[in-house]
Amino acid sequence: MLQIKDLHANINGKEILKGLNLTVRPGEIHAIMGPNGAGKSTLSSVLTGNPVFDVTHGEVTFLGKNLLELAPEERANEGIFLSFQYPVEIPGVSMVNFMRTAINEQRKYRNLPPVSATDFLRLMREKKELVEMDNKLANRSVNEGFSGGEKKRNEIFQMAMLEPRLSILDETDSGLDIDALRIVANGVNKLKSPENASIIITHYQRLLEYIVPDFVHVLYDGRIVKSGDKTLALELENKGYDWIKQEVEGK
Amino acid sequence: MNDGRDASFDKFRALGFPTTQLENYKYTDLSQALSIDYGLNINRLNVPVNPYEVFTCDVPGIHSYLYFVVNDGFYPVNDNRNDTLPEGVIIGSLSEVSKLHPELVAKYYGKLSSTKNDGLVAFNGAFAQDGIFMYVPKNVQLDRPVQLVNIMRSDVDFMANSHNLIILEDGAKAQLLVCDHTVNDVHFVSNRVTEVFVAENASYEHYKLENTHNKTTNLSTLLIDQKDSSNVLANVITLHNGLTRNMIEIAVNGEHCDTTLAGMVIGDKNQQVDNFTSILHNKPNCTSRELFKYVLDDVSKGAFTGKLYVARDAQKTAAFQTNKNILLNRSAKMRTKPQLEIYADDVKCSHGATIGQLDESALFYMRQRGIPQKEARLLLMFAFTADVIEDIRIDALKDRMKLLVEKRLRGELSKCEGCVICQ
Repeated sequence: MLQIKDLHANINGKEILKGLNLTVRPGEIHAIMGPNGAGKSTLSSVLTGNPVFDVTHGEVTFLGKNLLELAPEERANEGIFLSFQYPVEIPGVSMVNFMRTAINEQRKYRNLPPVSATDFLRLMREKKELVEMDNKLANRSVNEGFSGGEKKRNEIFQMAMLEPRLSILDETDSGLDIDALRIVANGVNKLKSPENASIIITHYQRLLEYIVPDFVHVLYDGRIVKSGDKTLALELENKGYDWIKQEVEGK
Repeated sequence: MNDGRDASFDKFRALGFPTTQLENYKYTDLSQALSIDYGLNINRLNVPVNPYEVFTCDVPGIHSYLYFVVNDGFYPVNDNRNDTLPEGVIIGSLSEVSKLHPELVAKYYGKLSSTKNDGLVAFNGAFAQDGIFMYVPKNVQLDRPVQLVNIMRSDVDFMANSHNLIILEDGAKAQLLVCDHTVNDVHFVSNRVTEVFVAENASYEHYKLENTHNKTTNLSTLLIDQKDSSNVLANVITLHNGLTRNMIEIAVNGEHCDTTLAGMVIGDKNQQVDNFTSILHNKPNCTSRELFKYVLDDVSKGAFTGKLYVARDAQKTAAFQTNKNILLNRSAKMRTKPQLEIYADDVKCSHGATIGQLDESALFYMRQRGIPQKEARLLLMFAFTADVIEDIRIDALKDRMKLLVEKRLRGELSKCEGCVICQ
């Protein structure tokens, strides 16, 4: 589904990703862990086409297409979804209008007619229930005045609405209390299917108790330096990242 | 109307047309627009157009009392098109009414405008011969909006001076929607002065929608006088124009008044809009709120001045002013000047002015959800102007304005929509 080969990326001339390789197949959940500044968020930004970053070298293919040639909206409509670490507030744009525009743009991209008003409302209702989102939030402007937890829940709600092939969850667990974490994880698990895949970027092992990964990777200094199964996450939780750093620098 | 003409002319001779040397005009250079040789209709020739036949309203469903000023003359009312006005209400030609009710007109005409030291206002006083007159007697509330459509129609470059006089007695209530349209592809200057007297407990709403072509110079002066416990809302929206200068002054001369002044500008190409506004709090215990928003593209220019004056006696004034502007590229220009003069010590006043670009992080967020960049920009611009549209209290106009603003932002509105004369 997704192949990343020797990916290098800069921001303001500073190299953050330094030759990253990763392969994700349908049905898989990959967790990416690593210390601050390793390049975890840069990876999610580069995959979704954030213009702030420059890709200087490497290849990324998604479902057979050269991802790096596509605009952010094309990547989204191909089925890549990012749950933002810091969801953006957009005053004056209502959630309903925003979601309807997004759904219809996706349908247009796939040569489908716009969604009918009744179908759209039914879809909204269903997916709101999935993430236990307050009705009131859907009537407000996008993320405006939402609490940290509500913003993250809103990300999962949008993910449920758009039904992506590949979802990237960038520190979705940060700032969540235990109940919100359970709801968010529950939403993610319910959306899991053999055709879809997820990349979960996280600092802590906590979220991985709720969403069980097939692979755990350690990102350090712009590269994936260690991969393993879910037990690697536990090991990191116990031992921290220092031993990894020493291992890498020792080489 | 002739009484003050000589004095106005003398004042104009002393002042001349305003230049950028004057503090109040430093952002808007009128010299080029006024250098053209314009016709003036001093001999009161009729204009061969029947607006009732050719005009279809920009705001369907508004169901207004509809009146036209073609160039500088009030067009005779077509009674078949308007329902009967409530008893005592007079709406008609200022020049006619000044003959029928000379004492009523004399009591108000020029009382605000003659105090202004402004070349354009003086010129208007010297040359204006007509305009709309509206009188709403005590405790009469108009059941629907009054709509005044200013149409510029001429085969040669033309200047129109008109003067509107609006009087609301105690407890009266009225809404006026002024629409500016141009018909011919010649240069126009309109220099219009509107005086509004809002008596105790009266409520007045003034909407101005400008949708003219880019050879139009629209100079407009709106002067409002508010008495005790009155309520005024003015909302001026420029969707399409050439060069516009709106001078708006609301003098709050009574206690417990509420004033809202709002406006929006969507400019592109070489359009220029200058809103020069003043709210004068002369009495205590009043509230005012001012909100202006501009979206400027290409080489368009915007200017905003928000003068807020609070007199020494105007204690317990609560006045808030906001001007926010988005420049869509590097060549558009915006000048903003909040100007607060507060002489009272027990007041709550604030102001804020910003000039910026569309929020890049919001744009990326929307694109990540599959919304193309162009559409995302549009959504952000539309959201930006939404609160000015919320300051419209006529539902049909509000709904229509949402549509017109969206079309304008999409670049689909290059001239007055629905006006068959324009086609």
